[in-house]
Amino acid sequence: MRETAVATVADTNTGLESWLENFTEFTKTAVGQKLPWLKRLREDAFERFCEVGFPTTRDEDWRFTNVSAIARTSFRAAGAAELTAEEVAPYGAAGAAADLVFVNGRFARELSRVDGLPKGVTVASLRERIESHPAEVETHLGRYADTQRDPFVALNTAFIGDGAYVHMARGVVVDAPIYLLYLSTKEDTATMTHPRNLIVAEDESQVAVIEDYASVGGECIAFSNAVTELIAGESTVAQHYLIEREHLKAFNVSTLRIQQGRSANVASHSLLLGGGLVRNNVHPVLAGDGGECLINGLFLGTGRQHLDNYMHVEHAAPHCGSRQFYNGILDGHSHGVFHGRIVVHKIAQKTDAKQTNRNLLLSDDAQIDTKPQLEIYADDVKCTHGATIGQIEENALFYLQSRGISEVEARKLLLMAFAEECVERMQSNVARAHAQRLIGEHLLFTEGIAPQSGNLGRIVERVVEEVG
Amino acid sequence: MSLLEIKNLHVTVGGNEILKGIDLTVNAGEVHSIMGPNGSGKSTLAQVLARRDAYHVTEGSILFEGKDLLEMKPEEAACEGLFLAFQYPVEIPGIGNTYFLRSALNAQRKYRGEEEMDAMDFLPMFKEKLKLLEMDDKLMNRSLNEGFSGGEKKRNEILQMAVLEPKLAILDETDSGLDIDALRIVAEGVNSLRSPGRAMVVVTHYQRLLNYIVPDFVHVLVDGRIVRSGGKELALELEERGYSWTEHEPVGARA
Repeated sequence: MRETAVATVADTNTGLESWLENFTEFTKTAVGQKLPWLKRLREDAFERFCEVGFPTTRDEDWRFTNVSAIARTSFRAAGAAELTAEEVAPYGAAGAAADLVFVNGRFARELSRVDGLPKGVTVASLRERIESHPAEVETHLGRYADTQRDPFVALNTAFIGDGAYVHMARGVVVDAPIYLLYLSTKEDTATMTHPRNLIVAEDESQVAVIEDYASVGGECIAFSNAVTELIAGESTVAQHYLIEREHLKAFNVSTLRIQQGRSANVASHSLLLGGGLVRNNVHPVLAGDGGECLINGLFLGTGRQHLDNYMHVEHAAPHCGSRQFYNGILDGHSHGVFHGRIVVHKIAQKTDAKQTNRNLLLSDDAQIDTKPQLEIYADDVKCTHGATIGQIEENALFYLQSRGISEVEARKLLLMAFAEECVERMQSNVARAHAQRLIGEHLLFTEGIAPQSGNLGRIVERVVEEVG
Repeated sequence: MSLLEIKNLHVTVGGNEILKGIDLTVNAGEVHSIMGPNGSGKSTLAQVLARRDAYHVTEGSILFEGKDLLEMKPEEAACEGLFLAFQYPVEIPGIGNTYFLRSALNAQRKYRGEEEMDAMDFLPMFKEKLKLLEMDDKLMNRSLNEGFSGGEKKRNEILQMAVLEPKLAILDETDSGLDIDALRIVAEGVNSLRSPGRAMVVVTHYQRLLNYIVPDFVHVLVDGRIVRSGGKELALELEERGYSWTEHEPVGARA
């Protein structure tokens, strides 16, 4: 098994030397490298990555997604870049409790706002927190994200440097979400960042976090490989939002690992709009009795985008419920993937797990692979799954047009309605408004809205009209 | 100038000729009824008028207020003042009834160079029309036709017509599937919209609706042709004798 994996590395990777060089360079200046636990965490993870290398489509978890474009590229750590508040302003979400901006993976204090939070809420950059409170970070960091199973998680863990640290003391509630913005700037060489976020919600606390990935400036080869560990204590209410809207040359892999305690109520919402090759891993483990998890997502692909959603829901305690709802809209030559894996452990009796994936294909060349995968080891459970693939309904389109609504507008209304099913599930008003704005802007440029493909000129005209 | 002038209209659907030379003139203020057995082409005519593109016009012309209707897209025909009440109104989840109707009205107003209506102006007018159709305003907070009963859907069509105030309304089997109370409500809604400036084409299989919406002219459509035209009494005759005689007896034989 191991030999095969190593052979794979040799086949598809530019060679481990490049990664070894990167790692050696990184550890020279990495934060907390003098902390034995952190040093070992990084080294073990890097070793594991070297052992297995990047996955191939022969790996069942990666059957529909070919990452050889990432494996072939020689990446360098993204350099520091300065952005002004004016440059960053258009990206934000209005109404957040705190805004943290990361530029090329580094926390930009001057662009961020973390004051005025209630007592018991700690929001900081992970780098700073490792320096100031290493023991606190050590308690949770790397405890849950699985470096053994996923080489991208291993790679991220090897390069843990910066990201967000959010800690909610017991019983503390923050209504508005904490907004994290990750911007990558245009560089001449292929660059990479490995954002690492740690969100710890102690018992009975309530928190919402938005992770938003975007590019500034023109297209360039950029690889973002993020890992977020969300630890939700007993009776917590936690929401996590992922927004990917980078340019079309970006590689974006993100992994959300949720650890839920007893009666915790957690939601993961994803919105994939941008990125060329995107892999969105969501892995909640319902580890305490009576937990509830909502996994909600929307992905909109155009051009040659590849958007892969890999869900891995683990029921590890009795009386838990999980609900997965993913909607995809695919246009052009884009390729969407929904892989919904549900594992019900032997102890997890009375599990109620549901999975729904609905897709709209707007062109003949768009493609969706949807795959449910249920592994049930308990005998008293309820698990259901369903997937649909369809087109914009001509009847509905004609009906709207027959009332005076233009074809372009009618198509947009129908796509918005389809997207709205997911947006409606977002509990936070701030996140919902942000998502609606981004989806609205995005749909203006979706080819499939045009009456005939190749009619983009008309849409662009309309954009100008609406802005003016 | 007539409101609607159809000349020698031939239409094929999927290679089959459904309409085989229709001539029909409708003037403002008139109510015409088109009756005919199933498969005679009634709904095809209604859909062609609303500009559904699955229907191919192979010959003939349609003028709407002197303009070439066949050059118009569905939304343009609507904005010019043509309205089709669907035989099978479409359910569209995720689009609210009220939002949809205001969008449609504003699209039409914008087309005509009128100012768009904001929610404050729209709602009182809308409430008035709801009352006319005896519709529960709770329905309007729901998605378009979603979960509506057959009768509610048909009433919603007439409600849309009342809000959009078209010049020419085509009612495609609006009576089918309605119980007598719903039929009465729909008919009253339609009658309240009769005006000297507005014409209606009522497509129906049964004479029943015409007891409530009394037409000025009745046309019998059989196998893609209008085989007979007359006044409202023709509808009663059809009710009594069925359609088959119209195909065999020459026009005017019973006059």
